Amino acid sequence: MIAVNWHTCFFFLLALVACASAVAVVVTGDIVRMACWLVTALAAVAGLFFLAGADFLGAVQLMVYVGGTMVLLVFGVMLTSRGPFVSMKTGGGQWIMALVVGGALLTILLQAALSVPEWSAPERSQAEAAVPPTATPLGMGLMGIRVDQPEQPNRLLRRGMSGYLLAFEIISVHLVVVLVGAAYLARAKRRIEPERLQLHDLKTSES
Amino acid sequence: MTELLTYFLGPIWPAYTIAALVQCALLLVVALCSAAVFIWLERKVSARIQDRLGPTRVGGRFGWLQPPADGLKLLCKEDIIPAAADRPLFRVAPYVSFCATFCLFLALPFANGWVALQLNAGAFFLLAVAGLEVFGVILGGYASGSKWSLYGAMREAAQVVSYEIPLGLCVVIPVLITGSMDLVEIGNRQAGWFYHWYIFHDPFMFCTFWIYATCAVASTNRAPFDLPEAESELVAGFLTEYSGFRWVIFFMAEYAAMFVVSGLGSVLFLGGWNGPIPVASLVGLSGDPSTVAGWLGNLLGLANFIFKAVFGVTCMIWLRWTLPRLRIDQVMTTCLKYCVPLASIMLAGAMLWTFLFSGGVGR
Repeated sequence: MIAVNWHTCFFFLLALVACASAVAVVVTGDIVRMACWLVTALAAVAGLFFLAGADFLGAVQLMVYVGGTMVLLVFGVMLTSRGPFVSMKTGGGQWIMALVVGGALLTILLQAALSVPEWSAPERSQAEAAVPPTATPLGMGLMGIRVDQPEQPNRLLRRGMSGYLLAFEIISVHLVVVLVGAAYLARAKRRIEPERLQLHDLKTSES
Repeated sequence: MTELLTYFLGPIWPAYTIAALVQCALLLVVALCSAAVFIWLERKVSARIQDRLGPTRVGGRFGWLQPPADGLKLLCKEDIIPAAADRPLFRVAPYVSFCATFCLFLALPFANGWVALQLNAGAFFLLAVAGLEVFGVILGGYASGSKWSLYGAMREAAQVVSYEIPLGLCVVIPVLITGSMDLVEIGNRQAGWFYHWYIFHDPFMFCTFWIYATCAVASTNRAPFDLPEAESELVAGFLTEYSGFRWVIFFMAEYAAMFVVSGLGSVLFLGGWNGPIPVASLVGLSGDPSTVAGWLGNLLGLANFIFKAVFGVTCMIWLRWTLPRLRIDQVMTTCLKYCVPLASIMLAGAMLWTFLFSGGVGR
């Protein structure tokens, strides 16, 4: 009996879903349907991460990208559109520009991905070995402790391993400041009407 | 399971397929049966709270056949799609909601090691997927082409996006104390007598549990937080245009989400599958779940877990029929002015307590 490699089957299935939905995002005119296809594409990519054993990254993908698209859909599209069921039309020039830019990016990415020997497809026995949990090494890496490379003789490479905790904290504080600022600017301005002000003054003077 | 089937069937791949299908079917049965039982429970509990009897005659006694009767009635209803609706989105929305809720069951441990997908980042996965259920609701509300539905969907979006923050903060605290995001690990760390449960770990954890309970009720859109439906203001909110089977699917998603949320609460705070008295280990039924004794002990743990989860759901039903609905500004105030600051204080307090009195994370 032929052994079925389930990982390969699911990989092709999810990859097909991701690519087809990505094409559908471009082809669809209706803006909410577009967002739906985008969510499908991103969720399929999350599925690919789970398939690769990177469950933390998969969950991050679901939370940040899929959830983020949803928020974008709600607050970007629904609150700003003037009428129901908005649709967008893309002109011929835009298609050509998009094809050129997208094609160039694809070429560069493919070349980069295929040029690193460590990223080529592993042997089957190696791929079927149990994947160690990914969350702990990721967390340690954030703190600057590379579990996968405890001893790096190259001094230049060692300097890059100082962790991302400080940068991460600075970015988070920046984002909080931006959020607070946005909330301050967008807050409902309270205006005291002149009559009520006088009434209030009268009351205070009486008491 | 895969090893057992390989023994009977020979090659690995049909065994793998069958094992996967059996696990899927089991989870689907749990999700659907829990919805059926909770619909009956909701009817009975609400009736008792309102000094009525509830269903009594369907199926002989206690009205136990009420959920199938309800289901049959809803299946026979006409499936209406409004002319103004965006048809494909309107059709797909209930399934999006239900699929997201069903994915929650994949990572929810029912007993020590009895989980379909033991993820290293299980708690985080549950939080991430729980946020996706709202997508189906928003789609349904938007695609209905009705004002009431859109209002309901917008309220749901605002509510769920806001309550995700305190909910996440509450989940982080048990994760910090355990030093792992693996839900099985978190549950096992609370083994023993009931004072080992995380709710009794320190005073901050005790308060955190109540914040978690508030946010969990809000994230499942149950009263007093059922603003997206709000039948006295919005007809039926995002459900206004739905009828028949699609409406049922939205409801099954809601009841399944209630079960998952209270199950997650019991794993994070109430010891999960560990009972108040460690009966299993006193009798000698603890240990590796692959042995017969360990398996029996795990069965006891499963009963414990299901009891806690169902008790949590019962409390949610009790709340729904006791409290009046909040206004939308009150909902936002509860979240942003009370739950978020309180959860942040609890996070800081629990961290300090852990380092001062328990000697560090994971002990």
